[in-house]
Amino acid sequence: MSNRRPYVRSMDGWWKRDAYFIRYMAREVTAVFVAAYAIVLLFGLVRLAQGEAAFNGWLQYLKTPWMLVFHLIVLGTFVYHTWSWFNIMPKTMPIMFVGGKRVQPGTITGSGIAAAVVACLAVLLIVKGMHP
Amino acid sequence: MADAEKIIEIEVLRYRPEQDKEPVLQTYKVPFTDDMSVLQGLQYIKDYLDGTVSFRWSCRMAICGSCGMMIEGKPKLSCKTFLREYYPQGLRVEALAHLPIERDLVVDAADFVAKLERIKPYIIPKEARTLEQGEYLQTPQQRDMYEQFSSCINCMLCYAACPQYGLNPKFTGPGVLALLHRYNADSRDGGQDERMKLGYADEGFWGCTAVGYCSEVCPKGVDPANAINQNKMNSAINYFTRFVTPGRADK
Repeated sequence: MSNRRPYVRSMDGWWKRDAYFIRYMAREVTAVFVAAYAIVLLFGLVRLAQGEAAFNGWLQYLKTPWMLVFHLIVLGTFVYHTWSWFNIMPKTMPIMFVGGKRVQPGTITGSGIAAAVVACLAVLLIVKGMHP
Repeated sequence: MADAEKIIEIEVLRYRPEQDKEPVLQTYKVPFTDDMSVLQGLQYIKDYLDGTVSFRWSCRMAICGSCGMMIEGKPKLSCKTFLREYYPQGLRVEALAHLPIERDLVVDAADFVAKLERIKPYIIPKEARTLEQGEYLQTPQQRDMYEQFSSCINCMLCYAACPQYGLNPKFTGPGVLALLHRYNADSRDGGQDERMKLGYADEGFWGCTAVGYCSEVCPKGVDPANAINQNKMNSAINYFTRFVTPGRADK
């Protein structure tokens, strides 16, 4: 008869066990803020379809203190989301070679972040151009 | 000249199935020198303090993959980790997380080994060649496509780092999926179709949520997270092309 009795440990609270897991969970949670902001923008689109007065009402609402605080929080989570997303990007891509040399993970992350910064600046400039 | 002898406290998570209902901690005071690994600390315990402590080891030089354990909560090879890093506060060693404890620091690796066998971790030649035809040639770039993944020593540290495996042991897991990719990415291999059935299954690539800790803890720089996640694209392409490719609805 076997005396084997393998012991399986509990996974309760696993994500608090290691700082790496906490950062992972933080990255996943930021996706909720991205979704929340998408809903805010979609709501704006609905108000736009309802006419100018409705849309202006929505714009006014965005300027209330609570919404400004919400925007600041969302901005913070977006920055973390963007950074963490590009940080994991090298892991999601096939191995690439440029000029016979392997593209380093840092180059992929750096290019992604640079592209995000350029895209944000471009959008800001376009919006600024529409409202001089 | 020999270093002055210092004493470090090593807390070992004990589990003796015949007497312990659940694992318990036991502390040992171990004299050590700066060049001693955690494994050597455990060997000191076994030789001089308590012969009942069980742990696996073999090569002492990070190539056999036997001595993986949680050291202060991190999956590490105990032969590649030095006691001096934990002096004077001491350290706790436990069996690798997410795997069943067989006894003390020894885990039950049966699930890992069964999964490893399933992915056929060997080259299945693309074309049969006779001796007269010579060897299978490969360019340095073709070799680079799989070389890092071939450094796996089956130490299972990545399993102890993978919460998805801990939460759902049916998940094939980082190490085995990295080896699946290692053979699939080899230009000499022709076994992709057989292996990808396992990769595309629910227990395959999609069980990974890109935590990425597996690649962080790998003592051989294998980067399992990359091996798995680059295949999600292949899996998605495979899924959608079934609708436009005649005669391959089965894949």
